[in-house]
Amino acid sequence: MSPTQEAGTIQRVDQHIVEIISDSGEGAQTAGQMFGTVSAQMGNSVWTVEIIPAEVEPPARSTAGASGNRIRLGSFPITNAGNHTDIVLALNEQVLKGREAAGEFKKNAIIILENVWASSKVPGVAKAYTSTVADLRAKGYRVYEVPMEEECLKHTDNPKRGKNMFILGILCRVYSRELAYARKAIAAKFKKKGQPVIDANVKLLEAGFEYAGGHLDFRFDVTPMESTEPQVVMNGNTAIALGVVASGMDVCAMYPITPATSASHYLSEIFDECGGVVHQAEDEIAAAAFAIGASYAGKCAVTITSGPGMALKTELMGLAVMGEVPLVLVNVQRGGPSTGLPTKVEQGDLLAALFGTHGDAPKIIMAPATIEDCFYSIITARKIAETFRTLVIVLSDANLATGQQMFPRPKFKKEWLAPPIDQSPVDPSHPPFDWDEKTGLSQRHIPGQPGGMYALTGLAHDRESHVAYEPGINQQGCRYRSLKLAAFQKTLKTPKVHGDPEGDLLIVGWGSTKGSIEEAVDTMSSKGHKVSSLHLTFLQPMASGIKEIMQKFKQVVTVEINYSDDPNDELIDDDNRRYSNLCLLLRARYLVDVDCWSHVHGQPIKPEEVEQMIERRLGAR
Amino acid sequence: MFGLNTECVLSDPQEYLELEDYAGRVSRWCPGCGDNGILAAVQRLCRDEQLPLEKTVFVSGIGCAARFPHYVSTYGFHGLHGRALPTAQGVKIRRPDLNVFVNMGDGDCCSIGTAHWIHAVRMNFHMVAMLHDNNIYGLTKKQVSPTTPKGWKTNTTPGGAYLNPINPVSATLGITNVSFVAQVVEWIPELLFDVIRRAYHHKGFAFIRILQRCPHFMPTGFQSLLADPNNLMLLRHDNGMKVSDDLARVYKTHEDHDPSDMNNARRLADLEDKVPIGIFYQNESIPCYDEIRRPQKMPIWQQREQLLTKSFDRFGIAQGADA
Repeated sequence: MSPTQEAGTIQRVDQHIVEIISDSGEGAQTAGQMFGTVSAQMGNSVWTVEIIPAEVEPPARSTAGASGNRIRLGSFPITNAGNHTDIVLALNEQVLKGREAAGEFKKNAIIILENVWASSKVPGVAKAYTSTVADLRAKGYRVYEVPMEEECLKHTDNPKRGKNMFILGILCRVYSRELAYARKAIAAKFKKKGQPVIDANVKLLEAGFEYAGGHLDFRFDVTPMESTEPQVVMNGNTAIALGVVASGMDVCAMYPITPATSASHYLSEIFDECGGVVHQAEDEIAAAAFAIGASYAGKCAVTITSGPGMALKTELMGLAVMGEVPLVLVNVQRGGPSTGLPTKVEQGDLLAALFGTHGDAPKIIMAPATIEDCFYSIITARKIAETFRTLVIVLSDANLATGQQMFPRPKFKKEWLAPPIDQSPVDPSHPPFDWDEKTGLSQRHIPGQPGGMYALTGLAHDRESHVAYEPGINQQGCRYRSLKLAAFQKTLKTPKVHGDPEGDLLIVGWGSTKGSIEEAVDTMSSKGHKVSSLHLTFLQPMASGIKEIMQKFKQVVTVEINYSDDPNDELIDDDNRRYSNLCLLLRARYLVDVDCWSHVHGQPIKPEEVEQMIERRLGAR
Repeated sequence: MFGLNTECVLSDPQEYLELEDYAGRVSRWCPGCGDNGILAAVQRLCRDEQLPLEKTVFVSGIGCAARFPHYVSTYGFHGLHGRALPTAQGVKIRRPDLNVFVNMGDGDCCSIGTAHWIHAVRMNFHMVAMLHDNNIYGLTKKQVSPTTPKGWKTNTTPGGAYLNPINPVSATLGITNVSFVAQVVEWIPELLFDVIRRAYHHKGFAFIRILQRCPHFMPTGFQSLLADPNNLMLLRHDNGMKVSDDLARVYKTHEDHDPSDMNNARRLADLEDKVPIGIFYQNESIPCYDEIRRPQKMPIWQQREQLLTKSFDRFGIAQGADA
């Protein structure tokens, strides 16, 4: 296609952030995902973040109803959502307002805005539109008003459903994307709806492409990234679903809860094909009980949930620990407490995972830091759960759940899968809890094994699984269950420091903040600051050597997306300050003066925020 | 069936198992506790059906009745209050080859586990669920239960229970997909055994409410039924239970009831002056969840590999490839 007029020069950038926002139902998410895919195919690294309203269908043209996608593309491996948006495409001015107010846009960001509202007959709409546009311009944004509806009407009767493809066309022109990739993406997306629908969408795509060529005076080129390995791109929840398949587990019990549920969607689609089953139970408690029942009767099962769901499952978590039934519990954390911020990111469940169960319930806790980790951590978790007859909690979060990232295509290994279950007869003199004196480990008896019969109980019990009436038995049982963690801890490697092994400041993080922290550390190191970071995969137990690492730095700060008191608040002092989760844990375990920096804005932590924090602590050079 | 070669444990013909082979630990139930009668009936069933010890699982919640798995020599799972049913479902979905029995108390099933009870009936897993109903909380020492008759004094209702009790039989009969519902009393061993045996042979979720005496906290609970056997009504039918002549002489109130007749089953369940015992309802044509949802494929690793390859293709990025 030859544009009517080739406008503007091409500006080369090594990364850019693009945001597409609309009312929900207008397809901004689809367009954003497609643009991410096309960009990845053109050789860029991508990280996409869904912008999700809290309601299924919020009122049209509302600030809180913004729905869409934010795509960061770059010529280097992108590990996080980045800082501020460079280009925004919006289908009305209202959905912009909230994002703008939250400081999401770059100072002089380009805003491409549907202008149909300027001539609206609905009282107040035209006025709201013109005053918002004036306001945005006054703030320094470069607003381009585009008659999207008018242009789309040339090609479709229902522009409401087609504008997103028009936008995709605009973006393809602005970033010089090959239209062939976009056509392919459209064909794949609308395959089930038939060729006429595909053709109509392609027409709109081309219309957008043509329009941008003739009317927009800016073009960007994000240099492709060198990559030798084949890549896949998916979100963290899909990665978890595939991890379940790859781990060899075949029962997943769940109850719908945002943002965990979508992990079960893809699994539901494919699990039958390999002999697996997704069971949607009547509630969170039943889901956990179902998974435990399935684990007890054979291989480890998984239950996937989010914060409030994990809260409901706590009693059963205790049962898995007490009965030594292997169980993988995935908690895709959301903001809390209570129903909190269902679609927003937070890391506030670490201590709840550790201590939420009543009594002494030692369990293993790990956290994926990237979307790639979401896949592999499930495989690891299943293995640990079965080897150590215990509960393994995998703490993901909303940032990983809905963000899409590229990573090298995994190469299948047979060892990932659970081995076949041993159904050979058990020597009847071999007790079901034959705890090893040193490690607390014991061999599991599984129903169907002759000679191994026993009644598992959640009550304190002896080696024979007999209810403990004699004093001392409970002490022993607790000791063995605790020793298993120590035995497991001996298998962990000391995590590697990102940056120099010593310096002025060490940032310790866990989970999805890794990309932002490391990017900030790199930026600040290049400016001469002596700052490094350490990212923990295992939160309980923790690997050896962490204290030694921390001791080589003058200051240690954890960076987390959960609440901590601000020491500058008038009422806050050393006696009452509440620290963020990991910080409290490190202080308790290592008796070192770890500080924390955290927020609960419901947003991923931006590298820039970490950089500012580093600067505040170390002073500008 | 989830990678389990269930054939390999069905080895050579086994020795005939006697009653004592099914005996687990010595029961710690109070003398006179009705649970003992239920245990005896179940052990007799195991012996008569020669259930392999290793292929039988008793799943329970918490409470006196929930100690059941410790008193049999099969596999057992003594879990959490109210959570026996979903746990048993998890066992059954993975291991349809196992005989799964559930033992619940009235608090377990009709109070803390109500949601699970309703959905268990609806899902219709193939298993036998026994509700040991003594109308009182025993293990926690005499608090009101959802089946305690109105006006009965307990430690939490010293002035008498405020509410009308739940009728577990009526409630179960009202749930979608109900497949088998029976009611029996623990002190008529012949009927108790027969009902449990029929439940065992039923394909689907078999729910039995067993009225069971608590000598300690509800000593007079079923006095009227014991004192005058005519307060019980035996349900008999060619499709249901056959009642021996001896029993028929002792318990003179009978009703001819066909268990395929749901309307009459509901009418009987709601009777106020008599307690019907026998099979209220039976329908084997209800699909079982463990059949509907059980994957039909034997998992082999090649399938997993194929599935992952397919998924990675789907999410794969063909960079710079010809578009």
